Amino acid sequence: MSSMTTNQPSRMNRIWQSNMAYSFRKNPVAMVSFLIFAVIVIMAVFAPLIAPFDPYDPNQIDIMNSEYPPVWIDGSDTQFMFGTDDQGRDLWSTILYGTRLSLLIGLCAVALQAFLGISIGLIAGYVGGRIDNLLMRMADIQLSFSTLMVAIIFLAVTQAMFGSETFNQYAIYFLIAVIGIAEWPQYARTVRATVLAEKKKEYVDSARVLGFGPGRIMVRHILPNSLSPIFVISTVQVANAIISEASLSFLGLGMPPSQPSLGSLISSGFDYIFSGSWWITVIPGVVLVVLVLVINLLGDWMRDVLNPKLYKG
Amino acid sequence: MSLLSVRDLSVQFAMRDQTVTALRNISFELGKGERLGIVGESGAGKSITGFALMNLLSRPGFISGGSITFDGRDITGLGDAEMRDIRGNHMAMIFQDPMVTLNPVLTIGQQMLETLYAHRRLSKEEATQIAILKLREVYIPSPEDRLDQYPHELSGGMRQRIIIAMALLLDPKLIIADEPTTALDVTIQADIMELLLELCHSNKVGLILITHDLGVVSQMTERTLVMYAGRIIEAGRTREIINDPQHPYTQGLINALPQQTPPGQRLKQIPGNMPSLTAIPPGCPFAPRCNFATDLCRTVLPEVVQYGPVEVACHEVNRLHNDTVEEATA
Amino acid sequence: MLAYLVKRLFQAIAVMLVISLVGFAIQDNLGDPLRELVGQSVSEEVRQQLRDELGLNDSFFTQYIRFLGNALQGDLGTSYFFKEPALDVILKKLPATLELVLGATIIIVGLSVPLGVYTAIKPNTILSKIIMGLSIVGISIPVFLTAILMIYVFSVGYGWFPAYGRGDVVHVFGYWNTNFASWDGLTHIFLPSIALASIMLPLFIRLIRAEMMEVLQSEYVKYARAKGINPRRIYFLHALKNTLLPVITVGGVQIGTMVAYTILTETVFQWPGMGFMFLEAVNRVDTPLIVAYLIVVGFIFVVTNTIVDLIYGLVNPTVNLARMGA
Repeated sequence: MSSMTTNQPSRMNRIWQSNMAYSFRKNPVAMVSFLIFAVIVIMAVFAPLIAPFDPYDPNQIDIMNSEYPPVWIDGSDTQFMFGTDDQGRDLWSTILYGTRLSLLIGLCAVALQAFLGISIGLIAGYVGGRIDNLLMRMADIQLSFSTLMVAIIFLAVTQAMFGSETFNQYAIYFLIAVIGIAEWPQYARTVRATVLAEKKKEYVDSARVLGFGPGRIMVRHILPNSLSPIFVISTVQVANAIISEASLSFLGLGMPPSQPSLGSLISSGFDYIFSGSWWITVIPGVVLVVLVLVINLLGDWMRDVLNPKLYKG
Repeated sequence: MSLLSVRDLSVQFAMRDQTVTALRNISFELGKGERLGIVGESGAGKSITGFALMNLLSRPGFISGGSITFDGRDITGLGDAEMRDIRGNHMAMIFQDPMVTLNPVLTIGQQMLETLYAHRRLSKEEATQIAILKLREVYIPSPEDRLDQYPHELSGGMRQRIIIAMALLLDPKLIIADEPTTALDVTIQADIMELLLELCHSNKVGLILITHDLGVVSQMTERTLVMYAGRIIEAGRTREIINDPQHPYTQGLINALPQQTPPGQRLKQIPGNMPSLTAIPPGCPFAPRCNFATDLCRTVLPEVVQYGPVEVACHEVNRLHNDTVEEATA
Repeated sequence: MLAYLVKRLFQAIAVMLVISLVGFAIQDNLGDPLRELVGQSVSEEVRQQLRDELGLNDSFFTQYIRFLGNALQGDLGTSYFFKEPALDVILKKLPATLELVLGATIIIVGLSVPLGVYTAIKPNTILSKIIMGLSIVGISIPVFLTAILMIYVFSVGYGWFPAYGRGDVVHVFGYWNTNFASWDGLTHIFLPSIALASIMLPLFIRLIRAEMMEVLQSEYVKYARAKGINPRRIYFLHALKNTLLPVITVGGVQIGTMVAYTILTETVFQWPGMGFMFLEAVNRVDTPLIVAYLIVVGFIFVVTNTIVDLIYGLVNPTVNLARMGA
């Protein structure tokens, strides 16, 4: 009996995967998006190997090199493929490192959201009653405040409290924490809805009759059934987290210019856009948009294939 | 002249990789004021027949062949506007689940009057009078007050009565009722059926009653079609079909009725399932579940033939009939 | 109905109390009001004396109650930088921000409904596919980037629209300065409104389309067809009314998000609204102004959410407000 119940999800998993694989092969948009996403991820992971310069090393930065245009424009320097920024850093290297930071923050923040949201959703759905009421009311209130607003105020206050220097040092952790904590209700509501639906089904009863504890029932039996909505939410959330991070960094409430993410790079370039140095803004901007776009396209495709029942507000 | 004449009606669904035939060469006639039952398991094509008659198949379904002659004219080739003029006006439909049939955000009055306005030039007073009259006909208490109510304020039985009243609003010639009581409480199912029967009688409206319940068909209708896997397998007068079914599937259906089984015994269900429309066997679609199937049944599709008072699509109907008669006498 | 209203009001007050507590905690920990008041050159004894006089040595709770009492009378402290009551500073900036939100809302409501409905009714036309394609690109471009690109193209490149500021505003109702009453004002608000709408509009188009497509599959729409109703009435009455109900709820939350996006838009366009002011206050560590902003924005969120809930209850006949109050 127990071997059957543990086999069930893995077999379903295989069918599910093959179905997904099939529709993936049939969908050129999904394939191209995935390819681009994979390339961006690989470049971000291996940034230190690929980048010709280290943008964090002051010895490699020469202010005399500032604002060189990309190589296809007159007055460029062949060392710098995409030109240099206002501090004389190689833009290509800085973008590679920036993408790495943006992706890292986005993924970690979503992992934190998912962890909090799934745990709270499981508890609320399984325990029910007053605790469920309280948690869901909290989710309502949390959702009624815009994440970005909460993040802006939190980071602004933190920055004012600790001073820029300390803040810049720990900016990455602050960003992950604030984006990660603010969006848990998305997961919690969906997971709770699945738990409520699954709780009524026989296999949960039989697992309970067999004497499995609630923890095991939730993790081994109920959670696998919420996987597809969690997957779909996660893609959208990663895209949103990357946008949020970029927006916060653009406002000067995120990654500092000395260690720029894509958002802070765009922000520092914005000051020079009127003087004609468009590339400092536009090139990282394009990378940011392409990254978010391919994640959104993959999310759309996944939503069509998995067709999960998402919790609607 | 008959009210409705369906000839070789076929419906297909265009799926991504293939087209699936959901209805295959359906033919039948319906006289003015006549009541016809269509029975079969879910998925047999009963509801699709109903929607095809209204030309309301939702994508990817479409009528792939045949003709539907309603009130003297072929309606399969009509344009949207002309077809709209028939729907709700000359041919009305009653849906299965009254809880989801009415629009939750519009009042009963809005939903009744819009039907009248769509087909007649009426003042608000005239339209309201007609609506109240029809609500009274279906025994709705204080009909004036109902017009301002929203569907969720009314019970399921009440809603189905209102839907029947809406079907009758424009004195149609034909009502198609698709399992009108399945979603209701058992206690009020009989009331609704009785009401429907009474109103069809008094208004001389033709009725096509789609159901899986042979008991209901025997009380409500004069003629019956039995459908299986998108085809008609037996057709004739209801009395003949109930009392002396020819097709082994119809026999199975009747034997499975609770009345046919002594208390305490298991119901005699037909073993197996209806084949899915994407995997219909080459011969008789019922052959895999049939005790009498021969090699011929498994390879050649039986034509519909006249057998005594009924039409039936079965290769073995002769042998079968003799056998069962012998069995009965033995 | 009344019971529901009271219940909703209590909830709103509870949320405001939490916000004020957060606001007070920030004020208590951020910056030293004494230094702002008297500077560095005063001796320690005088400092202590002043602290006592100002009540800065009272318990946290006592100070919070005093803060709350002042806040209820509209006193949210005095801005260090402007040397004016913080609330006055914000209220002066509020019209600019609200006009920006209004401009964006007009664009969003005006375009999202027709485009969402069209793409739901005719999902396979080329136009629908283009709209859907653009919408996914739209939600992938951050607001600040849209704003920058628009300035770069339409202001720096073509010079069609001004790049920053509010331009000529017209003074109306004795208090309000509006952008909507002069040509110059309109040209100034045009780009910022589009930028602010740019991420919300595709979101709403997609939401309306998804809801509408679901509604079009419903039994009651099929039934309306079976009654021979004109398709236009089916789409725009039967289907749209059911589509917009969930959209209203989401819309309420999105208004709050839009206030957050005004900070981004105002920064790029140097729009003299309260978002721009807030970032300046953060850079100057102008604590009273930061706290006042937090409370005003929290108030806006709570009020809009409450109003949206009430509207939803009034528009949706299946929600019984009287019963929800019980």
